[in-house]
Amino acid sequence: MDCFIGIDLGSTTTKAVFMDRNERILGRGITNSRSNYEVACQVAREEAEIDARFLLLKDRLRKYPQIGEFHEDLMAWLSCKFALGQHLKQLTALREECFTVLQMWSKTADEKERYRQALAWVFDRLDAGASSTFEPGRRAQSDFFRDIATSLFLKDAEAAIKETSLSFDRAVGIFDKAILRVENKSFAVFYAEYLDFARRETVKQPRFRKYEKEIVDVVQEVIELKFNVIKSVGTGYGRLLLPFPKDQIRSEILCHGLGAHYMFPETRTVLDIGGQDTKAIQVDGKGIVTSFQMNDRCAAGCGRYLGYIADEMNMGVHQLGPMAMASKKPARINSTCTVFAGAELRERLSLGEKREDILAGLHRAIILRAMSILARSGGVVSEFTFTGGVARNEAATSALRQLIEQNYGKVKMNISPDSIYTGALGATLFAKRESEA
Amino acid sequence: MNIQKKMIGDHYKKLSTAKADGKKVVYTFVPGNLNELILSFDMLPVHPEINALQSGMRKKSGDFIMEAEKSGHSEDVCTYVKCDIGMMKKGNIGPTGEKLPEPDLLLLSYTGCFTFMKWFELLQKEYNCPVAMLHVPYQGDGEITESMKQYVVDQIRDTVIPALEKASGRKYDENRLKEFLRSSARAEDDLVAIWESAKNRPSPIDAYFGGVYYIGPIFTAFRGLPECEQYYKSLRKEVEYRVEHKMGPTTPEGELNQQKFRVVVEGPPNWTSFREFWKMFSDEGAVVVSSTYITVGGLYDRGFRHDAGKPMETMAEYCMGCYTNRNLPARVDILEKAIKDYHADGFLINSIKSCNSFSVGQLLMLRELEKRTGKAGGFIESDLVDPRYFSASNIKNRLESYFQMVAAKRAST
Repeated sequence: MDCFIGIDLGSTTTKAVFMDRNERILGRGITNSRSNYEVACQVAREEAEIDARFLLLKDRLRKYPQIGEFHEDLMAWLSCKFALGQHLKQLTALREECFTVLQMWSKTADEKERYRQALAWVFDRLDAGASSTFEPGRRAQSDFFRDIATSLFLKDAEAAIKETSLSFDRAVGIFDKAILRVENKSFAVFYAEYLDFARRETVKQPRFRKYEKEIVDVVQEVIELKFNVIKSVGTGYGRLLLPFPKDQIRSEILCHGLGAHYMFPETRTVLDIGGQDTKAIQVDGKGIVTSFQMNDRCAAGCGRYLGYIADEMNMGVHQLGPMAMASKKPARINSTCTVFAGAELRERLSLGEKREDILAGLHRAIILRAMSILARSGGVVSEFTFTGGVARNEAATSALRQLIEQNYGKVKMNISPDSIYTGALGATLFAKRESEA
Repeated sequence: MNIQKKMIGDHYKKLSTAKADGKKVVYTFVPGNLNELILSFDMLPVHPEINALQSGMRKKSGDFIMEAEKSGHSEDVCTYVKCDIGMMKKGNIGPTGEKLPEPDLLLLSYTGCFTFMKWFELLQKEYNCPVAMLHVPYQGDGEITESMKQYVVDQIRDTVIPALEKASGRKYDENRLKEFLRSSARAEDDLVAIWESAKNRPSPIDAYFGGVYYIGPIFTAFRGLPECEQYYKSLRKEVEYRVEHKMGPTTPEGELNQQKFRVVVEGPPNWTSFREFWKMFSDEGAVVVSSTYITVGGLYDRGFRHDAGKPMETMAEYCMGCYTNRNLPARVDILEKAIKDYHADGFLINSIKSCNSFSVGQLLMLRELEKRTGKAGGFIESDLVDPRYFSASNIKNRLESYFQMVAAKRAST
């Protein structure tokens, strides 16, 4: 199948989008950028390819009218069992890496064995509990194996270590080293294995059993499907590190403009808050950028700010937004300097202020900074689109909505659930359109 | 470039032996300077901004700025000032490694920059030498009136000339002054022809990065001297040769013959990463066909020439006419004309962090120019000589995005 690929190598996450000749998005993939950009790029691309296979799986299953009302349900099962298959594979690899790291320790055999037993107990629990994390209709806390595995590991490791003389910090140290190694491996290549696993698990459900033959046929067809990549375009912070020639590299500003236009054709202003920069972009009716502004001397108020705050509060970055939304009385925090905000956070916590109120204040502070960049780019005159990783954060979008209305009146504000892919989507569109030009 | 290098080297040499040679030294600023008048008193000029930018290009400004900050100058103070003060505190060794002489006079011609006054206040305190202040009225209404001209002429006659006479021990000699003014006008004719060569495709010059070198002699210690005239004569010849042979300008990366983008630039360049900054343009195939920075010392391309027939008035007009003394609407007009005359694909503003007086309003200028010309505008932020304010990857990112935006715009129309 002919397709086009766009890759957005961001400072925090790497995204990939697959598209067909009719400019239909086939699949999206995301991974954390980690220290190895090449792996990040490969993983995002493979994830997008898997997503594309799922879309095609869905299309093909629709051809069987007898499946009819079970269609959505069936797809939900297949995709979550697929994710479970991949997660279990990664857990097995993580367990092995933990043991390898442990072996490299200069401790006594007895001590190593005690840690090994504790770790084995933790991983047994993680394996056993995995299926409950991947249940149809249940939204995973994060897209990334690292986030999910870390939060579950910490919980169980604490329990495993509690009654022993072992050190919790040491166990976490082993885990940290091991997960780095696991992250730098591609697991998506075993997609056929996961699809097969997903099929087997799904047909165990009595309501799907009678369609087993159809499911087996379609899954097999999708497994064997080959993608013929016509052109790829790269963008994002690390775009120059992509193994693409210069004419296949586009600035993320152009990509965000075009990507936002694809999703919302009437949009004229785009705000993108990414990991280390904030961009305000004005586009014309074709999605061509007419002007833009971005932070360039200081990264205050960017996505990494939230990452830092999450670390300070010992939380996952995905947990910040929901907690801030619980605030009844947001704190007034004006500094967008990440380091100052950290200090303010600690001081306010010590004074007994509620975590949710402080977080709500911090979210508003980063949006205040974005408002200034937005104003510099020409402000908001009509339909407005918010993109980038921070657009997934409910507290940030709520603060933005409020400030936009306060400053520019009522304008239509678009936030796509897939906004994080906007840059990669724009890159894919460039790939497709330029290959036809 | 070699001729110029030698001229500058010789000048610094002369400065280093000025005291021993019995020469008197006057410190003065570049925009709207009275070089011919200074030369007529046989005095040697020192331009603090030039020292600062030279230090920036020679990677010395970072240390000088830190030195000035140690003595209490804040992070937000103009970095030209801090670089100069830091250099002074570290022994006043000039950019070529030779010691600069102390001033016998500080000739403060205030042209659009309030910081100049504060700067010389600091130098006066340090050197305890006389100051002659020439107050140059700002072109707030966008024009030079007769009374403004008279005001400046009176000051030159009543304040500046007596101060120069006193400092130099020489009498004012109008005939001598006229000779220098005549020579200036001849060099100015050649310089304008050089600027206008950028209307050709390919442009044989880069009127920003290369332009910085081209304006060196005329805006500093050499305007009015025969070597300056000679310099522009030979430069013009070289440029004409390039036009004839359809050659692009020389850049640090070689000749830029494939010119994908023609742009106009507003604002001074960054000096600490000058070559890197230039490369970001040449890598994209971008040539600067006109810039406002090259008119910082005088808008010759709009018709001004030093006129030996009316020496006092011509100096007054020159002081008031330089780019830094123009108001925002005038600057927009100048840029608009340049974008149109030089058939530019777009324009870029390099906004200077530590220069509030010049950077203020640049975003408004950008909007207005976009509206008037329909061309894409880009905005970069850096600094003059503080290396801490040049974030290469971010600026590169902006420039790449900007040029891609221009290309996308071009393709869609």
